[in-house]
Amino acid sequence: MAEIINMPKLGFDMAEGVLIEWAKQEGETVEIGDVLADIETDKVTVEIESTVAGTILRLLVNQGDVVPVTAPIVIIGEPGEEVDLPVPDDSESSVEADVDTPIIESAPEPPRQTQDMPAPVISAGTSHQQEKVKASPLAKKVARDKNVDLREIVGTGPGGRIVRRDVEAAVASGQESASLSAPAFSAISREDKIVPLTKLRQAIARRLVEVNQEVPQFFVTHEYKMEAVMEMRAQINSILPEGEKLSVNDFIVKAVALALREFPNLNASLEGDKVIQHGTINVGNAVAVEGGLLTVVSKNADQKTLRQISMEVKNMATQVRAGKIKPEDIEGSTFSISNLGMFDVEHFIAIINPPEAAILAVGSALEVPVVEDGEIKVGWRMKATISVDHRISDGAEAAQFMQALARYLEKPLLLVV
Amino acid sequence: MARITMREAISQALMEEMDRDPSVFIMGEEVGVWGGTYAVTKGFYDKYGPERVKDTPIAENAIVGGAIGAAMVGQRPIAELMTINFAFSAMDYIVNQAPKLHYMFGGQIKVPMVIRAVGGGGRQLGATHSQTPDVIFAHFPGLKVVSPGTPEDAKGLLKSAIRSDDPIFFIENATMYQVRGEVPEGEYTTPIGVSKVQRSGNDVTIVTYAKGLELSMKAADQLAKEGIQAEIVDLRTLRPLDMGPVLESFKKTNRAVIVEEGWKSYGVGAEITSRIYEEAFDYIDAPILRVAQKEVPLPYNRTLEQSALPQVPDIVAAVKEVMK
Amino acid sequence: MNKEKQLQMYREMVLIRRLEKRGAELYQDGKIGGFMHLYIGQEAVSTGIIAARESRDRVITAYRDHGVALNCGISANEVMAELLGKATGMSKGKGGSMHMADPDKNMWGGHAIVGGHLPIASGMALGDQYAGNDNVTICMFGEGATNIGYFHEALNLAKIWGLRVLWVCENNEYGMGTAVERASAVSEIRQKAEGYGMKNSSVNGRDVLKVHNAAKEALDYVRSNSQPYLLEVETYRLRGHSMGDPERYRTQDEVLKRKENEPIRTFRKQLLSKKTATAKKLDAIDAEVDVEVQKSVEFAESSPEPAPEALWENVYVEQGEI
Repeated sequence: MAEIINMPKLGFDMAEGVLIEWAKQEGETVEIGDVLADIETDKVTVEIESTVAGTILRLLVNQGDVVPVTAPIVIIGEPGEEVDLPVPDDSESSVEADVDTPIIESAPEPPRQTQDMPAPVISAGTSHQQEKVKASPLAKKVARDKNVDLREIVGTGPGGRIVRRDVEAAVASGQESASLSAPAFSAISREDKIVPLTKLRQAIARRLVEVNQEVPQFFVTHEYKMEAVMEMRAQINSILPEGEKLSVNDFIVKAVALALREFPNLNASLEGDKVIQHGTINVGNAVAVEGGLLTVVSKNADQKTLRQISMEVKNMATQVRAGKIKPEDIEGSTFSISNLGMFDVEHFIAIINPPEAAILAVGSALEVPVVEDGEIKVGWRMKATISVDHRISDGAEAAQFMQALARYLEKPLLLVV
Repeated sequence: MARITMREAISQALMEEMDRDPSVFIMGEEVGVWGGTYAVTKGFYDKYGPERVKDTPIAENAIVGGAIGAAMVGQRPIAELMTINFAFSAMDYIVNQAPKLHYMFGGQIKVPMVIRAVGGGGRQLGATHSQTPDVIFAHFPGLKVVSPGTPEDAKGLLKSAIRSDDPIFFIENATMYQVRGEVPEGEYTTPIGVSKVQRSGNDVTIVTYAKGLELSMKAADQLAKEGIQAEIVDLRTLRPLDMGPVLESFKKTNRAVIVEEGWKSYGVGAEITSRIYEEAFDYIDAPILRVAQKEVPLPYNRTLEQSALPQVPDIVAAVKEVMK
Repeated sequence: MNKEKQLQMYREMVLIRRLEKRGAELYQDGKIGGFMHLYIGQEAVSTGIIAARESRDRVITAYRDHGVALNCGISANEVMAELLGKATGMSKGKGGSMHMADPDKNMWGGHAIVGGHLPIASGMALGDQYAGNDNVTICMFGEGATNIGYFHEALNLAKIWGLRVLWVCENNEYGMGTAVERASAVSEIRQKAEGYGMKNSSVNGRDVLKVHNAAKEALDYVRSNSQPYLLEVETYRLRGHSMGDPERYRTQDEVLKRKENEPIRTFRKQLLSKKTATAKKLDAIDAEVDVEVQKSVEFAESSPEPAPEALWENVYVEQGEI
């Protein structure tokens, strides 16, 4: 059985050896222990001995060849035996290549001449883009987040470096081109557009200015756990037909209405030095219409079912948007809700709808990481802020109302029993 | 709470652990009859006898190598190096043997030992007896390196180190032995590998440990008078390094100064700065500065020596620089 | 010594010889990397010494440790697998040729820093003294290790504290490529023990029975007197210091001459002349060993590589953040 002998690894860092001289020729017999060849490593020349007995069938490398460790160098066996050499991983040209025919590589193409390219014109308008702005990493991040151009800020850090306080100062003062060193910027000029206020807008404007001037408002924010509402809504909606499904706001309206039963002072209006705590709970829902905002009113909302509230608000909103407004639909609210949840608003503060005591601004219900029993889980949270007339009520009461609301929203079965 | 010195805290830790576990013993130069050159083991020889408080010849390789062998066969030796400067005489055992044995033998061998060494300069002992080479030891995976800055931490950390199954290099400071601090009554240990906020503030983060803590606390008092509130994060352990509190603080203050007694080049500050850069890049509002020993061997002359060591005014100046 | 024990020693020596030879072939095939130090020619030393120990006696040696590992009872499978760096090696492929160990068999490694394990040996004996038992720590090392500081600190400590260490110096005449006369102030190493007031003797390391008897005597002395002892064993390595050693420091003639009274040949002659065994019996043992070695190669080659995560294992006993 013929054996292939490989270039041995003679040292821990030997990668290749040179076959200096063959001691045996093809056809000669060899015993175990006979010297086969002299091998040169970078440290020393050694004789390698044969580990098999037999006849040298084929010398696979020539004297003077550099051979990698473990590559085959000689085949020893019985005369006439044929052996298949293992095919090496790299190209086959290593052992069998004819030394006389060199491999011609295609010459790489010469690089393109650049003479015919016009020299780029560097205009004053583009040069400022190459200037390096010196700013701390934090300042750069804040500038990115607040959409402020660092080139227009003067730095007060060492060496004129822009630091965070500089960016924040720029943001606070609404600064634009206050920088003395800001380079010239050529813009395209556009015409101003003049839009007259609609009657509705004018009315809203008048009332809100009044509110701002006369009503001392304070605000209380509460974050609500909405998992139960989301689940109940999903369950209910699975059995309701299309077009009649409940929205999150419907739950909020009912919850607010029920909570107001416990807080009559927030379902109220001020007249002179008297507070009128209204007998009915009429929840107004802010609806955006062309040119402004209207509240459609759900009367006796505390006594209506979720479905009734839902259908009612839907219908009124459709009517109002179509311009068909019935006075009784938009009058008589005792407490208003403004919901911007559908616009991915996390949190906002609404202005009281006079003469109401309060208005609730509702944000989006979001899936966020929450901590329960010391572990991080995924939960639904929604922020709502109540704006309250401080002449009628105060912080503690408002906060307690918000807590009561939480009770209803976190245990929504209370809304249907 | 009791108010005791760092020396008393370390001494108590040793005694409590020797009382608790009979496999704990101490070996080192002059630890027994002399009572320890820093009096940490004063009274131990009479209490525990020569079997458990072993005076060795001046032969650091035998001390540390011997402790390794005893630990391998199931005891819990505490090898004492009279000063950390003599650690170099046992370097192979501290960084090339003890940290490697558990790993190289596939987990079959454990080395539950503590090497205690005293370091630091400032006592006119000359260049070869005054070094703070802590980082050299912190460089090696497989070794844990602990260096407390308060008596409470010294006692709690040493107790944890003695109970740990890993080889631990416990670094003390010669000029801090008489520092007093509140230490809880009763049994307690402090976890290794946990940094601690020793002082809260919103304006700047000072990262430090051991002697640097003492200096930084004084600097923080001064800075507070000028309206700058420094937050001090005490590393307590150099390896494994707990960056959690450091990063949390830095994300709040956006400015940091690192204080260490060793030389600045290739030091603890270099490591902390690099990690802040990697993990809190967007929070950096000013370059991070390092307060460290000047790059010279420490001289004998008192004034010169003090001028080379980091001092409170250096820390105050560095903080003001990063606040600019 | 009874016949069974002698044949057992013969078998162990042949196993070491043939495993080392096979290891050399695998190394040249590129399957074993790093440093590899063969014990060929020195088999009688570890075999004789370890055959004389009680199982509670501990053995620690330097990097020429494959023979010691086999004598302590570690399987050829685990030795071969460790050489190939496989997960089934006794050190899980993370130690290699120089770091074989098995504390359960009281084999404590396998150490690569010359003389580095000597203070550790004193420490192990210290631990045993502290525990109050009479275990002996057998510390094996070459004559080249007697010139480094660790040797002196370790012997001194063992003497002053009365630690039960049997220091076994395998004097194979060459520390790497430097002959003992060029490296050591005295070539008769046991004289160094005299300087420490330590009992000592020397023995011909090519005769396994003599080695065994000398070791037994020395172990008794150490155990009864709780004093260290240095036993110098005269031996010779027939291969280079490690794989790749060009051996320019000695002639081929010298090596060939030493082959004549090499330990296995010597023991075989003794067993035959004293009629302790027949040639047929000894040949049968040889054949058995060949099969065992072949099986160990198959075992090792078919064993898995360590998983990538193994990189991070056993850095600390108490892991957590590294």
